[in-house]
Amino acid sequence: MKSAAATPPYTLNHPRWYRKRVSTYWWLLRWEYLRFVLREISSVFIAIFVVEMLFQIYALSRGPEAYVAFLNFLKNPFVIALNIISFFFVVFHSITWFNLSARAMTIRVGGKKVPGFMISGPNFVAWFVISVAIAWLLLRA
Amino acid sequence: MDAQPTKLRIEPLLWILFSAGGVVAAFLIPIHLLILGVAIPLNLLQATEYSSAIGMLKFPLVRLYLFLLCSVPLFHAAHRIRYTLYDGLQIKHLNEVIAAACYGGAVIGTVVAGYILWSFQ
Amino acid sequence: MADTIKLEVSRYSPETDAAPHFQSFEVPYRKDWVVLDALNYIKDKQDGSLTYRWSCRMGICGSCGMLVNGEPKLTCATFLADYAPAPVRVEPLRNFPVIRDLVIAMNDFMRKLQKMKPWLIRKEEKPVSEGEYLQSPAQLEAFKQYSMCINCMLCYAACPVYGLDPLFSGPAAIALAQRYNLDSRDQGAKDRFPVLSQHDSIWGCTFVGECTRVCPKHVDPAGAIQQYKLTAALDWVKSVVMPWGGK
Repeated sequence: MKSAAATPPYTLNHPRWYRKRVSTYWWLLRWEYLRFVLREISSVFIAIFVVEMLFQIYALSRGPEAYVAFLNFLKNPFVIALNIISFFFVVFHSITWFNLSARAMTIRVGGKKVPGFMISGPNFVAWFVISVAIAWLLLRA
Repeated sequence: MDAQPTKLRIEPLLWILFSAGGVVAAFLIPIHLLILGVAIPLNLLQATEYSSAIGMLKFPLVRLYLFLLCSVPLFHAAHRIRYTLYDGLQIKHLNEVIAAACYGGAVIGTVVAGYILWSFQ
Repeated sequence: MADTIKLEVSRYSPETDAAPHFQSFEVPYRKDWVVLDALNYIKDKQDGSLTYRWSCRMGICGSCGMLVNGEPKLTCATFLADYAPAPVRVEPLRNFPVIRDLVIAMNDFMRKLQKMKPWLIRKEEKPVSEGEYLQSPAQLEAFKQYSMCINCMLCYAACPVYGLDPLFSGPAAIALAQRYNLDSRDQGAKDRFPVLSQHDSIWGCTFVGECTRVCPKHVDPAGAIQQYKLTAALDWVKSVVMPWGGK
């Protein structure tokens, strides 16, 4: 058997083997890959939300006029459109995240593996409860 | 174990930050975005009054909550964007630049969030 | 119902071709035929030069993995009836070099399996006179799923990261490492850690999840990888918080 030093960690070129180059648009060629890339892109909209939040807090720190100006900025139709799109992506992140994290954990009860939906189920419930709580805290003021 | 290069020891930390950010983002961001970005601008809900908002921000717990909301998800986004650029666009030769830009951006955002919330009157 | 079905098979002859091309064959359509039956018919009756791998024809040897309409499948377990009457496109597995027709080169895959030290590692071997290693059903359950891998490489054909990064260890290799890490008889988790906790190993995986979806034996390599990420991360936290911890 060849030693590790002699064998490179990838397949060397063999002139008679055909090796297809992976297209830059590999993620468009199958629906599963596209869904994966959309899931990853949801993180961009998460970052956009954080920036919006920071602008809101910054506006609050600058005084009531700055705050009103920020709220008016949010009423801009392009901004509303962006935020609606962001909302769908952010929800897509939450749904895929709870499903993924259920698969990443193996919890055994009495020797049997707990099925995935019993881990993601409580997460979804908690998500709903926390959202309602936050909404109540924000809107009662 | 001692033979691990430094680069390798960073990955577990980055993954932990990515996971924590993902959890925070998954639970908290949708409702905040729905209220702030959709419901209020469309006049479905009343915007929080300036004085009540300032009142809420007086509590250190609120500031801590907002700091977490605005910092950890940035690392989640940085990690995912970095890998998407690396895999999606196959620009591997820019690997270090991409990683620095992504995590650097997250660090900057965290510092900005900390500064704004710390120095709030 | 038509009595024939068209197969579009990828052909590549390194002596004469620069790139693969498709060749169409009409094969009898039998409701109980699988794609492998169709390929065998072609080789028997129409074109003896068609080259492909197969063996057990019952989904346990892992030889007959190919792309059927772009989806990694075991051709012995893929029924023509699910595709009729449309033509069925058969190609060699994605992300591997093609040697001829539907045969791919698996050297890289074999080497990556070996890299994981896929054997029981003990600090001290128990002599035979002391008897067997005892293992409870619960201990078996901990790793049994990951031991079901038949090395068919469908997961490598499905994994986009493996296609993009030739250094990536891949789903089956990491699941195999986990099969030994979680085996109660094994004491080699520390030996496998330096191989696994690398950018071209677990940290390269972005949990696309395609590997688990196409696995014919329900091994769930994606789950194995994510669980190991958690293990490695907790290990890292322990090493930072308690650096004096012994081996």
